[in-house]
Amino acid sequence: MNGTRGLRMASGLVAACVLLCTPSRAAAHLVTTGMGPVYDGIGHLLLTPEDLVPVFAIALYAGLRGVVSGRRTMFLLPLAWFIGGLAGSVMSITILFPLPVVSFLILGGLVAMDYRMSVNAITCLAIALGFVHGFMNGAVLRDGAGVAGLIGIISLLFILVTLVSALVVSQKKTWVRIAVRVVGSWIASTGILLFGWSMR
Amino acid sequence: MIRRLVGGMLKFVPLLAALALLVPSSAFAHVEQGQATGFFTGLQHPWSGLDHVLAMIAVGLWGAQLGNPAIWLLPITFPMVMSLGALMGLLGIALPGCEIGIALSAIILGTMVVGEVRPRMIVAALLVGIFAIFHGHAHGTELPAGQSGMLYSMGFVLATGCLHGIGIMLGLVHYWPAGKVIVRGAGALIAGMGITFLWRALI
Repeated sequence: MNGTRGLRMASGLVAACVLLCTPSRAAAHLVTTGMGPVYDGIGHLLLTPEDLVPVFAIALYAGLRGVVSGRRTMFLLPLAWFIGGLAGSVMSITILFPLPVVSFLILGGLVAMDYRMSVNAITCLAIALGFVHGFMNGAVLRDGAGVAGLIGIISLLFILVTLVSALVVSQKKTWVRIAVRVVGSWIASTGILLFGWSMR
Repeated sequence: MIRRLVGGMLKFVPLLAALALLVPSSAFAHVEQGQATGFFTGLQHPWSGLDHVLAMIAVGLWGAQLGNPAIWLLPITFPMVMSLGALMGLLGIALPGCEIGIALSAIILGTMVVGEVRPRMIVAALLVGIFAIFHGHAHGTELPAGQSGMLYSMGFVLATGCLHGIGIMLGLVHYWPAGKVIVRGAGALIAGMGITFLWRALI
């Protein structure tokens, strides 16, 4: 049992490394608010749907899967994002892989299906998401807001994940879960369309 | 049930108001071109064709008639399969008889509403899914270049979902005896419009 879990985690890490090593052109841009680097970071996340929607989706999914998943995601996603951001700002690797497509499809699909996954697997997913997206952010923030910008991003991340997952966890009515799953299907649908745009 | 549903929704009004505050109106003045317009173009696109609007409302009406789980399963199925159809369009994969398929979707889905047909769930989902491919393909080939693909896609899917939501909301009157007649009448109207779409597609 432990061997299977270890194998899954190892394969997940290998997949994350392969994604990171795929070279590509960064299409992101830094938002300048004029209020300092922390607010630049906050503005960057708010105005970058490539990052914001996957965060929203993992928060919904963690909320659907219960309190423990929500709590772990609330703390580990910002932490992984921060570590990934630091790594991204140090290394000069830019990811050209259409990462939002993968994030939208996987997370949207999981929310739409309300897929039953173990808490550890959800934790790994949150860490992988945070690290990879943080890595991309780090590369963008290197020449601008820097670490302070990264702190702004993870502060907003913590608030968003806490609010969204807590809202979903606290709602026991069936129609609320259905509404969340419908939103997940919209995210997955957007991912399919994005895949088409990236192939065009 | 309706009162509880409406009451539950009203609780979210403050949250929606707060979210509305986050919508940046200054985005129109953003120096990066095509971002805000991409979202609004996507949002407008599904409303631009009456055939598409009526078919999606028919999906919502039929889902409301069929009740749980169709009321949520059909509106989930439609956008996801529609996106696959749009993907085909974006990749340049041809789909013959697309306009005929769209017209038939209005006729058949409208007929299902008129007759209050209750097939097995899998049959209903397949029927909706097949027609969604035609709708998605038509939109996929019409997606404009030079705009943010991300925001366009989000607006496009959101508008499609809203149309389903309108259909479901209209379909909820089905729980009253008089509403049942109104919903079936709406289905007849959609089927009738579908016939005119088919006529136009064939000529």
